[in-house]
Amino acid sequence: MNPALLHSVVQIADDHLILGHRMSEWCGHAPMLEEDLSMPNMALDMIGQARTLYTYAATIENQGRTEDDFAYLRNDREYLNCLLVERPNGDFAHTMLRQLYFAAYMHPFWEAMHKSTDNTLQALSFKAVKEIAYHIRHCGEWIVRLGDGTDESHERINNAVSALHPYTAELFEVDEQRLAGIELGIFPAQAQLRQVWDKTIDQIFHQAKIKVPRTDFNQSGGRKGLHTEDFGLLLSQLQYLQRAYPGSTW
Amino acid sequence: MYSQGLIGADNKTEETQAFLDAFQKRIDAEEKIEPNDPMPLAYRNTLIRMIGQHAHSEIVGMLPEGNWITRAPTLRRKVALLAKVQDEGGHGLYLYSAAETLGVSREQMTEELLDGTAKYSSIFNYPTPTWADIGTIGWLVDGAAIMNQVPLCRCSYGPYARAMIRVCKEESFHQRQGYELVKTLCEGTAEQKAMAQDSLDRWWWPSLMMFGPSDTDSQHSDKSMQWKIKRFTNDELRQKFIDATVPQAELIGLTVPDKDLTWNPTKNRGKGGYDFGEINWDEFWRVVQGHGLMNKDRIAARKKAWDEGAWVREAAQAYAAKQQSSSVA
Repeated sequence: MNPALLHSVVQIADDHLILGHRMSEWCGHAPMLEEDLSMPNMALDMIGQARTLYTYAATIENQGRTEDDFAYLRNDREYLNCLLVERPNGDFAHTMLRQLYFAAYMHPFWEAMHKSTDNTLQALSFKAVKEIAYHIRHCGEWIVRLGDGTDESHERINNAVSALHPYTAELFEVDEQRLAGIELGIFPAQAQLRQVWDKTIDQIFHQAKIKVPRTDFNQSGGRKGLHTEDFGLLLSQLQYLQRAYPGSTW
Repeated sequence: MYSQGLIGADNKTEETQAFLDAFQKRIDAEEKIEPNDPMPLAYRNTLIRMIGQHAHSEIVGMLPEGNWITRAPTLRRKVALLAKVQDEGGHGLYLYSAAETLGVSREQMTEELLDGTAKYSSIFNYPTPTWADIGTIGWLVDGAAIMNQVPLCRCSYGPYARAMIRVCKEESFHQRQGYELVKTLCEGTAEQKAMAQDSLDRWWWPSLMMFGPSDTDSQHSDKSMQWKIKRFTNDELRQKFIDATVPQAELIGLTVPDKDLTWNPTKNRGKGGYDFGEINWDEFWRVVQGHGLMNKDRIAARKKAWDEGAWVREAAQAYAAKQQSSSVA
């Protein structure tokens, strides 16, 4: 077993589960019917990738756990997702921007993973990269419309940028486990992803007539299992049935 | 988007007896009526009402099931439920498009839903307090919907009939998925089985009400049958549903909550069928009139989504207008 790899795979899986869960909260409540179809699509992509990653984590660990054990039966401090993905949905501008920030990171990540020395992750990368490219396109198109739409939408997307930008730096953090994976050629170097992320965001923001803000302080903690208070409430919904009826088959 | 051109189009027809006879002749010959064909105003209005109600039911129907997306007990169930609720949204979209071919806009229909002028299936005014309800809705509610909708694939109005073919394929998948969920609960712990039985107890009668009032009391059936919009009466469809569903309940060890339910070998021209107890029509009308447990919450949720989404729709329109004016300039 490679505990460093397990740690990194769980981090990435948690990012996808939690972001997919947040996106799924919109289902049936979107601003228009077309978004009631596309937001669940993005949630399905996220949760689908989380399932593959948890299953792989279970294989690496080799102690008989399943995807659901990872997804449902850990405590708050054991989830390793970054803080960005757990931020509450807020308005449509917040949700689209949160998804764009994450997708703009995952797209170059999965592209680089085509050359990963890990066969399972390499195989997943070919499917994931296509899905995430759509997320950038869809959310990016919305950011442009909100930024260059009405005064209200412009203000709302700017508020979302101010609120969420301080959570983006955590995407690029490297802990000792990830460093070990980078050295083995399993994962790409984060600095290389940062360059592509900056370019994607600059391009979309330019079109949207909004500015990339300067942030005084970057938030972090999720990657080490330290989450905001909203996260506990998210888990209490996610885990409700598994906790209320332990050991049942669903 | 060919339907857009028809919105507000002059759909007046002079309804002489010769015109009505010729129209009925086409119907009797099983010809499909298409958007640009002349049609009696009452035929058009019946379809707008029916397709609109059907579309609204799909959209409002996303809410009771959506209630469990964040609490689904496994990742497999979570993605299945998300995909199912998304399918319902997709059905809403085809149906609104089919209704638009008759000269009504989606915005207009949405406003009628929100102000209470348009109806939707009353079944969605019942709550989903437990996870078992997600299975039961798939099994019974989608099951009842299929009974209603399979004959609509042969409806005389072309766009509705074609939309229904895809809708029915997906509903049939949902029905099997729902049944499999309930079956899993029945094979689980005693608590899970009790959850399934409680859910069946709550949904059985409302599902039977989904077929609408008894034939003797239905306002719309006769003309809709003559125009081949409907092919079977409410009571015929209800009977088919009961006959198909009772054995499914028995197979997984659940008890249908009707003490009068008995097999009658002489029913259905000697093929046999179930006699069943009296439906509580007072409850049916009470819920239709807005007094179900969830009526107000359902409309409030739709209204909230619509109102809170207004700025997003306005932004998209403002952006499109800017693009258009800059491309003209």
